[in-house]
Amino acid sequence: MKDEWKKFIEGLWTEEVNVQNFIDKNYKAYNGDESFLSGATAKTKKVWSRCEELLKEELKKHVLDIDTSHMSGIDAYDAGYIDKENEVIVGLQTDAPLKRIVNPYGGIRMVYQELEAYGYKLDPMVDKYFNEYRKTHNQGVFDAYNEEIRKARHVGLLTGLPDAYGRGRIIGDYRRVALYGIDFLMEKKKEDWDQLTGPMTSELIQLREDVSMQYRALEQIKNMAARYGFDISKPARNAKEAIQWTYFAYLAAVKENNGAAMSLGRVDDFFDIYIERDLADGILTEEEAQELIDQFVIKLRLVRHLRTPDYDELFSGDPTWVTCSLAGITEDRRSKVTKTSYRILHTLTNLDPAPEPNMTVLWSKDLPESFKKYCARMSIETDAIQYENDDVMRPLYGDDYAIACCVSAMRVGRDMQFFGARCNLAKALLYAINGGVDEMKGDKVLDVPAIDDEILDYDKVRDAYFAVLEKVAGIYSDAMNVIHYMHDKYAYEAGQMALHDTNVRRLMAYGVAGLSVVADSLSAIKYARVKPIRNEEGVSVDFEVEGDFPKFGNDDDRVDDIAKEVLDKFYKELCKHQPYRNAEPTLSVLTITSNVVYGTKTGATPDGRKAGVAFAPGANPMHERDASGALASLNSVAKLKYQECCRDGISNTFSIVPSTLGSTQKEQIDNLVSVLDGYFVQGAHHLNVNVLNRETLEDAMEHPDKYPLLTIRVSGYAVRFNRLTRRQQEEVIARTFHGKM
Amino acid sequence: MVKCNMEVMGSVDSIETFGLVDGPGIRTVVFLNGCMLRCKYCHNPEMWKKGQNNMSVNQLVSKVVRNKPYFERNQGGVTFSGGEPLLQAPFVIEVSKCLRKEGIHIALDTAGVGIGQYEEVLENIDLVLLDIKHLTREGYQDLVGKEMDEFLKFIEVCQKFRKPLWIRQVVVPGVHDNDEYMKMLVDYLKTLKNIEKIEFLPYHKLGSEKYETLGIDNPYYDKKAMDEDVCRELYQKYIATNFSLK
Repeated sequence: MKDEWKKFIEGLWTEEVNVQNFIDKNYKAYNGDESFLSGATAKTKKVWSRCEELLKEELKKHVLDIDTSHMSGIDAYDAGYIDKENEVIVGLQTDAPLKRIVNPYGGIRMVYQELEAYGYKLDPMVDKYFNEYRKTHNQGVFDAYNEEIRKARHVGLLTGLPDAYGRGRIIGDYRRVALYGIDFLMEKKKEDWDQLTGPMTSELIQLREDVSMQYRALEQIKNMAARYGFDISKPARNAKEAIQWTYFAYLAAVKENNGAAMSLGRVDDFFDIYIERDLADGILTEEEAQELIDQFVIKLRLVRHLRTPDYDELFSGDPTWVTCSLAGITEDRRSKVTKTSYRILHTLTNLDPAPEPNMTVLWSKDLPESFKKYCARMSIETDAIQYENDDVMRPLYGDDYAIACCVSAMRVGRDMQFFGARCNLAKALLYAINGGVDEMKGDKVLDVPAIDDEILDYDKVRDAYFAVLEKVAGIYSDAMNVIHYMHDKYAYEAGQMALHDTNVRRLMAYGVAGLSVVADSLSAIKYARVKPIRNEEGVSVDFEVEGDFPKFGNDDDRVDDIAKEVLDKFYKELCKHQPYRNAEPTLSVLTITSNVVYGTKTGATPDGRKAGVAFAPGANPMHERDASGALASLNSVAKLKYQECCRDGISNTFSIVPSTLGSTQKEQIDNLVSVLDGYFVQGAHHLNVNVLNRETLEDAMEHPDKYPLLTIRVSGYAVRFNRLTRRQQEEVIARTFHGKM
Repeated sequence: MVKCNMEVMGSVDSIETFGLVDGPGIRTVVFLNGCMLRCKYCHNPEMWKKGQNNMSVNQLVSKVVRNKPYFERNQGGVTFSGGEPLLQAPFVIEVSKCLRKEGIHIALDTAGVGIGQYEEVLENIDLVLLDIKHLTREGYQDLVGKEMDEFLKFIEVCQKFRKPLWIRQVVVPGVHDNDEYMKMLVDYLKTLKNIEKIEFLPYHKLGSEKYETLGIDNPYYDKKAMDEDVCRELYQKYIATNFSLK
């Protein structure tokens, strides 16, 4: 046993890289309540108040500063500090807080747009280098894209594809650096590399190159930490080092990459083991333990990436999805709630409610009651927590997994995903009716026959739709293979992949948007009379709907089954195609805030939704159509199959008026816990919880200064309300708020 | 094994799946049509008429059972409300029998004025949310337009069956918010057994729009809403000091 591991219980983890086993052997579950928690220390308050000033300035300027003379890289920047003498956890992306990185590997044109938007100019050397000598991911992708993919992308049938920016959604096992130190990890990678032998097929060549790059990246992480005066070649010796080492590993990831979601993984049980050891040894107090966590979280809140104004419109509020997963239970049904699960959520009190890190509670029916109640209280007070069902994820991902972005589960260090944004299912339905012609742009996108019936016939439309989905699945799969081939080639995340097993499982993460629009549209065609209004070209511009029809969100199988069938069909079609690097296809129902933009780009639909009107987010029922109360709405979404079909996640956002939840805080907490238990026990996957009044949001829209901290959960993340665009604010307000008569 | 007749039909106005004030825990509240009272402060006048039967026992039970996962903690369940659920006693009885087999807690939100079968209804439910209208014969008649005898008969059966009671008093300004009535209420409630909870509901105006929509004269169109603070003070003064409740 290494000296740094004294008092830890041995296991497989002492011989091989196996953090899961280390945690399993050493963590201590906590079943008590939150009364042990400490407030923020003087040091934390000083550091955070400096950050608050900077954040205010940033909000005014939108971007505080950009480092235009360096290019992204693990060890490309000098050490930076916020308030050196009061920082107990150190490290920034660049040499100053909130100063953003230029990352041209995804695409140089994107960098020009970003810099121009904020009045900056690229260093001429970098400019020359990327224009004359170095090809980018974006160029690679467009060298290989075919005409079909370009069209599907242009009209917005496939949107948000990571073909011009970092794909993200990869979670390195950052804890490995703390547990083993860099040198051991380098040794292990060297061993793996030596064993990668055999005929030099393209697969083997690629993997050997990957591992070499990973090996070098580890060295760079060590050098980067050295700039801050830390030697991380050996394992961490105490809680402070464990948190600092882990943070350096994460920091390397956000220096090297600018993926949409750069998630943290799960650290609560891991950190807790070190904190417990130090507390027992008398070298750490509860105040100091909380200080370490608070300051670690401050660092996570300062992560930034340079984005274009277009990107900001799609994903408002500068989200980085530093998703931090907590709690859950083990495979042998022991609670994984530790005191540090509480300490991490407590940062929402000690600092303030904030969108990042994206607090994600892995909910199980078997979590300790006191923790369930604490989460419910924090949700009611902050609206900053999302919940995901551990009981449906654990059978697929074991008990050491984490969420990337909003809903994507992965075994930490053992799985990676190829992020695939999403396909607009509602637009695809219109293509089935309009013979593959885009209803907004008029382009012929797919070669399919049009339906010219005066009144739409359900069976005919359904068959035509499924034929369209078959074609779309093929195009989507091709696009994903091209993107991830090129991403690996031109913007490989060596630092993050170094913290994965060499033989990693890859998930090809497809996604869909507009599910409730499609379900309601098909239901309208089936149960009411739907007459398309067509323009001179025979393309539908609107629909007349006569009669009522079942709508998704009312726990009505007649329409809920349609939603299930559509997902099932699309997933089966996606599975028919050969994915790049033998990835396993997965599917998510998620939009984040992009449901507004998808709506803008989609014509009128047969459910009576007018052209341009926002979709519901994720798997949510359409606004105000879930008229049978909150539970019926939840029950409809709970019917969508996670394990069989959508194992990359099914996002649902739930807003409830506080007084409806109960008249006292105790009642509200009890009832919210009952809602979560009742929803998840049915096999539902995800729930964003907002407890607030519509009037509060309306007031906040008119008087943003009154609510600087108002945080709400939108689709897959939390956001400060005043950083949404006006249209997004309006969409949030138009959503169903479950209240009472 | 108790058998329930799945074919019996009832007249249901609507179902609220997320009721949190009509009984313990999370309630599925079933609003049944039909009421013989014409309370001046009624906020559901659209449910006065019983109208056509529109739902079978089977249909209603399968809807309620869907929400069972939410009931498990803190004793949630179904609450029959209305209208006056006692007017559809055969329907309520059959639905309750089925739901009991599922272990679902059943509450009855009633003013105690039906058409009999009280024993059989009460045998099949767990909790009565009892609406107290007024305690003098004249006051009662004036407020609801009907004699008080049926209400008294229902209470007697409740007491005989030892049904837990949640007493609810709508407090109307000028009618209930005086010392005389409050004292009378306290004296009366002291004669009742099995009271678990007493609630004062301040009269509100949220139902007034419905009268306009339905084209019915609203007897309280110019009545002011009850001040919530005053209502709370009355509760403190008369109820909190005289009853030790859960």
